[in-house]
Amino acid sequence: MTIFGLPVAALLSQLVLGVVNGSFYAMMSLGVAVIFGMLRIANFVQGAQYMLGAFCGWFLLNLNEMVPDYGLPRIGYWWALLIVPAVMFLVGVVTERFFIRRIYDLDHAYGLLLTIGLSMIIEGALHLRFGSFGQPYGMPESLRGVQDLGFIVLPNYRVWLIVSSTVVCFGTWYLIERTRLGAYLRAATENPVLVRAFGVNVPRLLMMTYGFGVGLAGLAGVMAAPIYQVSPLMGQQILIVVFAVVVIGGMGSILGAIVSGFALGLIEGMTKVFWPAASSTVIFIIMAAVLLLKPAGLFGKSPT
Amino acid sequence: MTERAPLREILVVRDLHAWYGESHVLHGLSIEMAEGQVITLLGRNGAGKSTTLKSIMGIIKERRGSILFDGRQLIGRPSDQIARQGIAFCPEERGIFASLSVEENLMLPPVIRPGGMSEPDIYRLFPNLLERRKSQGTKLSGGEQQMLAIARILRTGARLLLLDEPTEGLAPVIVKQIGGVIRELKRRGFTILLVEQNFRFAATVADRHYVVEHGAIIDAFHNDEVGANRAKLESYLSV
Amino acid sequence: MQKTDGVARSTRQASFPGLQWAVVAGFVILAFGAPYFIYPVFLMKVLCFALFACAYNLLFGYTGLLGFGHAAFFGAASYVAAYTAKFWNVTPEVAIVLGTAVAGLFGLVFGWLAIRRQGLYFAMITLALAQIVYFYALQSPWTHGEDGIQSVPRGHAFGLIDVSGTISMYFFVLAVFAIGFGILYRAIHSPFGRALKAIRENEPRAVSLGYDTDRFKLLAFTLSAALSGLAGGTKAIVLQVASLADLHYGMSGDVLLMVLIGGIGTVMGPIAGAVVLVAMQEYLAPLGSWVTIIQGSVFVACVLSFRKGLVGTLGNSFARLRRHRRFSSRRPALAAQRPAGGGTDSKPGALS
Repeated sequence: MTIFGLPVAALLSQLVLGVVNGSFYAMMSLGVAVIFGMLRIANFVQGAQYMLGAFCGWFLLNLNEMVPDYGLPRIGYWWALLIVPAVMFLVGVVTERFFIRRIYDLDHAYGLLLTIGLSMIIEGALHLRFGSFGQPYGMPESLRGVQDLGFIVLPNYRVWLIVSSTVVCFGTWYLIERTRLGAYLRAATENPVLVRAFGVNVPRLLMMTYGFGVGLAGLAGVMAAPIYQVSPLMGQQILIVVFAVVVIGGMGSILGAIVSGFALGLIEGMTKVFWPAASSTVIFIIMAAVLLLKPAGLFGKSPT
Repeated sequence: MTERAPLREILVVRDLHAWYGESHVLHGLSIEMAEGQVITLLGRNGAGKSTTLKSIMGIIKERRGSILFDGRQLIGRPSDQIARQGIAFCPEERGIFASLSVEENLMLPPVIRPGGMSEPDIYRLFPNLLERRKSQGTKLSGGEQQMLAIARILRTGARLLLLDEPTEGLAPVIVKQIGGVIRELKRRGFTILLVEQNFRFAATVADRHYVVEHGAIIDAFHNDEVGANRAKLESYLSV
Repeated sequence: MQKTDGVARSTRQASFPGLQWAVVAGFVILAFGAPYFIYPVFLMKVLCFALFACAYNLLFGYTGLLGFGHAAFFGAASYVAAYTAKFWNVTPEVAIVLGTAVAGLFGLVFGWLAIRRQGLYFAMITLALAQIVYFYALQSPWTHGEDGIQSVPRGHAFGLIDVSGTISMYFFVLAVFAIGFGILYRAIHSPFGRALKAIRENEPRAVSLGYDTDRFKLLAFTLSAALSGLAGGTKAIVLQVASLADLHYGMSGDVLLMVLIGGIGTVMGPIAGAVVLVAMQEYLAPLGSWVTIIQGSVFVACVLSFRKGLVGTLGNSFARLRRHRRFSSRRPALAAQRPAGGGTDSKPGALS
C-alpha cells in the first residue's frame, strides 16, 4: 500500500533512518549544550572529538595490528563502548585544563576560535595519517540481522542505536536536572564565585563537565563506527548540523538539545522523502526562523 | 553579663589592603573577633565594609596583610579552601539560585565539617522555608530569600558567618525576625561578622561595633557604649 | 600614572612624523615593483584575500560583531562574476560589479535578519544563512556543483584593456584593491567609523548617547558584505574559477584567522594576516594536511597568547619604545606597592 505515492515500507524505513540520525544529533547536541550551558564555550571541536571517538574504537578493534609484537587482542564494540568514552573524558579533562581554562574571561568569540583551531589540528593530524578514506568497522555480531515486523524491516543495529541513545540522553538529563551534582552545575553556571565561596571546587567541576561533554562525543563516535564511515571528515559533516540543533533547542538547554536532536533528525528524514533537494537546508532554515522568532531557542531561557 | 571563660580569638585581621582591579579599596584594615561574638562593621556606602567580608572570604583576590582564622593564614588561599576552614558567606545580593528550588538552594552548600545545624533544626528556625521548599528559589519574597540565604550556610558546619547587609531593603517586621534569628544563632555559639548601615538594628544584636571609612577602621565601640555615642555614630553614617 | 599617559598621548603624534609617509611610499613602491620579483598570481591572490580580510575586519574588528558567514558574500560574488563573465560575456569590471551588488544585497538581507541578536547567536545566524547559500550552490544546475565554474575568461576591462595577461591583470587587481581599501579606510576614519567603535566598546552606552545602533550595524554589515563580494568577484576573474570552496564555512574561518593573525581592529592587520595565510597555503601546499595542522596551531596560539596579532603587537612595542625613550631620564613613577597577580603574597605590604 502507498501513502502519498510512496510505499509504506519505504516511508517508514526512511523515518527510522531519520530517527537514527536524530539519535546522533541528540547525543552530540547534548555534549555541546552541556558544555555551552555550564562553561559558556561554543565547543566547535566536538565534531573532531566525535571523530576521535570513532577512531579510538577502530584502533581498539585493530589493536593487534596497530601495536604488534605484544600479542594484544582485538577489542570489540562492547568493550569500546566503555573504554572510548572514558579515554575521551580524559582527553576532555586535559583539553580543559590546558586550553579551555585560559579563555573563560575573554569574549565568547575566542572560545569559538580556540575550538576551531583545536579541531583543525586534530582533523589535520588524522587526515595526515589516514587521508580522506573511510576505515571499515564491522557490525558487531550480536547486533546484526533484522526484525521483520511485516510492514517494515528494522535492522537490529538501528533499534539498538535509538534505544541506547535515548537512555544516554535521558540519563544525562536526569543527572543534571534531578541530582545534587547537577544542582552544583546549575548553580555554578549562574554564580560560580558564590558556589566556590561555599567550598565547592568549581574549577575542578568545570573540568569534569567538559570532560563529560567530550566523553559523550566519543561515545557517539563509537556508536557511529559500524554504520557510518570512520573517516577524518566525519566530524565536519555532523558538526554544523549539531550546532544548528543546539541553537534550535536553546543554547544551554539540555532538554532542548535532546528533543530538537531527535525531532530534527525526523524532519530531515521526512524532507528527504518528499522534497529531497531541501533536505540538507531544512535544518538551517528552521534554525534561522527560530533565531528570529525565539532566539533563546525552543526550550531556552532568555539570552543574557 | 554571664561569667565566661576567657574568649578565644577566632579571627584576627591585621593591616589588610585590598584591590578591586586598579582601585585600592582597603587601606590597612585591622579587626579582631572572639569566638561566639557578634561584631558589626558600620559605615557609609562605599566605605569598604562588603569589601572586607569579600577579602576575608577570598572573593577579592588581590590582598595583602594578614587574615588569621583560628591561627591559620587565609591570604593566598582560594575561596573554596577558605570556606572549608569553617567560614560561610551570605552576600548582599543574597545569591539565591534561580535554576534551583528552595530546597535545592538550602541543600547546596556542602557540609564541610561536623557540627552544623540539621535540616529539621533549620526548618524549625525558618518555618516558612519548609512550606515553600519546592518553589523556585527566586519566587520567594525579599525577606524569605534573605532567610534562605542565611539558612543555607547554617548546615555546613561553618563557625564564622559573614553576613553582608542582611536587613537591606526589608520591612521592619522582617528586620525584627532577622534580629531574632541572629540572636538565636549567637546563643548556639556561632561567631558572626555583620555588615550593616542600620546601627539601630546592629545595636540589638551585636557585642561590638567597628566603624569603617575609606577602607580603614576609624572607631570602635562596645555595644553598651552606643547610647553615649549616638551623635558621633550618626555623623559617621550620615551622607 | 595618569599624568604620564596624558603626556605620552600628545607626544605620540609628534614623534616620527616622517615615518608614516615613508611607510606609505614604501608600500606604493612595493606594490608597483612586486610583480616583477614575486609570482604575480600569488600577489593577486594576496590582494583579493587582503581586501576580503579588511572588509571582514570592518565588521569584526571595528564594530565588534563576530560574523561567521562571510563566505556567502565572497562566494556568491565569485559565482555571479564567474557566471556573467563566462555565459553572459560581460567585461570583467561589469562581472565584478554584479558580484559585488549581489553580495551587498545578501549582506543587507542577512544583516537585517542577524542584527537582531548579539554575540554567539549573531554568529550562528550568519552561519546558518551562509549554509543555506552553500547547499543551494551545491545543488543548483547553474553552479555546476562540485566542479564549479571553470575557465572564466578575463576579457577586456572596460572593453579596452586586455587583462588576460598577468601583469595587466595585476594592476587591475591592484586598482580594485586600492578602491576597496580606500573606501574602508575612509569609513573607518569618519564619524561613521567612530560610531562603530563606540558600538564595539559599549553598545548600551552608544544607544544612550543617541546612536541608532541597529542602523549603524546594518550599514557596517552591508558594506562589509559588499566589499567581501568585491574581493570574491575579483578573485573569480583572476583565478578564472568559482568553486564551492568559496562558499564553504572554512572560508569564513580563513578570513577570521587572517584578521586574528594580523590584528583585530587594526588598519593594516588584515593585510598582514592575508599575506601570512595565503603564503602558508601556497607554499606549504605540498605538505598536504600539515597546512591544516599549522593553521590550527596558529589559531590556537593567537587566541591563547597572541590576541593582538602581528600588527597589534608591533604597534604596542613601538608605542612602548617611544614612551621609554621619551621618559627614560625621568624617575620611575611612584606606584602603590601591590601584589602581582593573584594575591599569593603573604608578607605585609608597604604602602607608598
